[in-house]
Amino acid sequence: MLTTVVNLSYLMGATAFVIGLRQMSSPDTAQKGNFLATIGMGIAIVATILIPLSGASNNYLWIFGAMTLGGIIGYVSAKKIEMTAMPQMVSVFNGLGGACAVVLAITELIHFSEGMTTVTNGQLIILLLTLLIGAIAFTGSMLAYGKLQGLVNDKQVSLPKHNVINIILLVVLLAASCYVFITQDEPSLILILVVLVMALVYGFSFVAPIGGADMPVVISLLNAFTGLSAAAAGLIYANKIMLVGGILVGSAGIILTVLMCNAMNRSLVNVLIGGFGENNDTAKAGADDQVAKEITITDLAIQLFYSESVIVVPGYGLAVAQAQKVVKRMDNLLSANGVDVKYAIHPVAGRMPGHMNVLLAEADVPYPKLLDMEDANEAMPNTDMVLVIGANDVVNPAAYDDPSSPVYGMPVINVWEAKNVVILKRSMSPGYAGIQNQLFFHHKAKMLFGDAKATLEQLNDEIKTIS
Amino acid sequence: MEKLLLLFDENLILIYLLIFTVILGFEVISKVPTVLHTPLMSGANAISGVVIIGAILLIRNADPSDYLTLSLGALGAVLGMINVVGGFSVTNRMLKMFQKKKK
Repeated sequence: MLTTVVNLSYLMGATAFVIGLRQMSSPDTAQKGNFLATIGMGIAIVATILIPLSGASNNYLWIFGAMTLGGIIGYVSAKKIEMTAMPQMVSVFNGLGGACAVVLAITELIHFSEGMTTVTNGQLIILLLTLLIGAIAFTGSMLAYGKLQGLVNDKQVSLPKHNVINIILLVVLLAASCYVFITQDEPSLILILVVLVMALVYGFSFVAPIGGADMPVVISLLNAFTGLSAAAAGLIYANKIMLVGGILVGSAGIILTVLMCNAMNRSLVNVLIGGFGENNDTAKAGADDQVAKEITITDLAIQLFYSESVIVVPGYGLAVAQAQKVVKRMDNLLSANGVDVKYAIHPVAGRMPGHMNVLLAEADVPYPKLLDMEDANEAMPNTDMVLVIGANDVVNPAAYDDPSSPVYGMPVINVWEAKNVVILKRSMSPGYAGIQNQLFFHHKAKMLFGDAKATLEQLNDEIKTIS
Repeated sequence: MEKLLLLFDENLILIYLLIFTVILGFEVISKVPTVLHTPLMSGANAISGVVIIGAILLIRNADPSDYLTLSLGALGAVLGMINVVGGFSVTNRMLKMFQKKKK
């Protein structure tokens, strides 16, 4: 009887995941969908605690202790995190999910190697898969966190010929896993631990050369990995809800990965090989002799104030400077004077899929003010002033005319088609991806140097004095 | 080879489930507007915390004197729970921001 109830609960939980995800892909029902998925998870966890297990000692104290601790940590960090630090947070949560799968796999493998349990061939393959995918997702996500948080610089962790090193590592890793499988009659715990360590190293090494504008792709991919490791762990326990949940996440992650790659007009392999911005030395040599024109804050305030239409192009720099609310205040000031202010969102602006949307939503920018890339490009010729804030690669004209540039072929926002362009930037140094941008020397473009937030605050003061 | 065939026959239902779920997953999420990429990813990420179920089963089946398994299981449960609770709360926080300005 109780078993049937539990099985039914799993079925309900899995259904809730599917419907929840469905609702999460439409703006009107997204919040409901998240709630539904949460309920589904709750049902599944309660059912797992109650499911009758013959001869189990239950150890409920351990379970409740661990769950309370994890729950508190998760809840508090989710509440406290700044919206600008969201990509890092999602990466950490994702990595911990992978780590959980690793812990499960290694525990079962320890039991197996000590002869406490016997496993079939299929189970051993699955255990090894869980171990590998989970470990790669874990260290990969942690390195992604380090990069996004600014703790790790791309150049510090990427080695020369990194692709070759990665391929060798992967081959050795797979060979070692096969060896564990072949010698399963005399399992060696040491060898299993070696495989674990190698998988952890590979996860780190695989993310190491990837950086800059490729970050959203990697984060989606790591998300898919965690889902797949959860699904593989579900196979260990022949647990259907783990399998369904994990596979759903795996597919969601893969779809987002593909979407991000398409937005950049690059293949996944190309992204994984990494080195975005590596060959910038060859790109447009001679750019150094050119001089970029500067604009003063007062001039910009006047120009903005007397414009009819303004488009803001936000990028990662906006997130770093936490300037989203100041931008919204500028929007309010200008809108009060009849200026039409819109925002152009490039699909890979920021360091996470949809990063800019989240930031602007936090600052209460209404949804209809956000233009996607195509609409923005159509609107450009009729726009008086474009304000590029902390974006670089997504407005680089080299995407059109410089085949030697790493961004060549990537769809970008054609800001230079507007009547005037002002670029807010901390300095002349190339962007995060290390690529020089011809836009800065364009005859329509003017630069405004300084911290985005401080500069915009001064700009707002200037606009107030005019109005 | 025979073992592999046996594996296939024994787990047929699971294999069906696997394939259909993959297709379902692709269908359900294929048309997501950009504005929802982050919340969807973060929500999906929370769902991947379903792996905590394995940790709970591990602890329940462990011998009360087997502290290694208990500790590892507990570690898994802590990690999984952070993923679940953190993931869902962060997603909810983001979606709330999208909601309030719609009116």
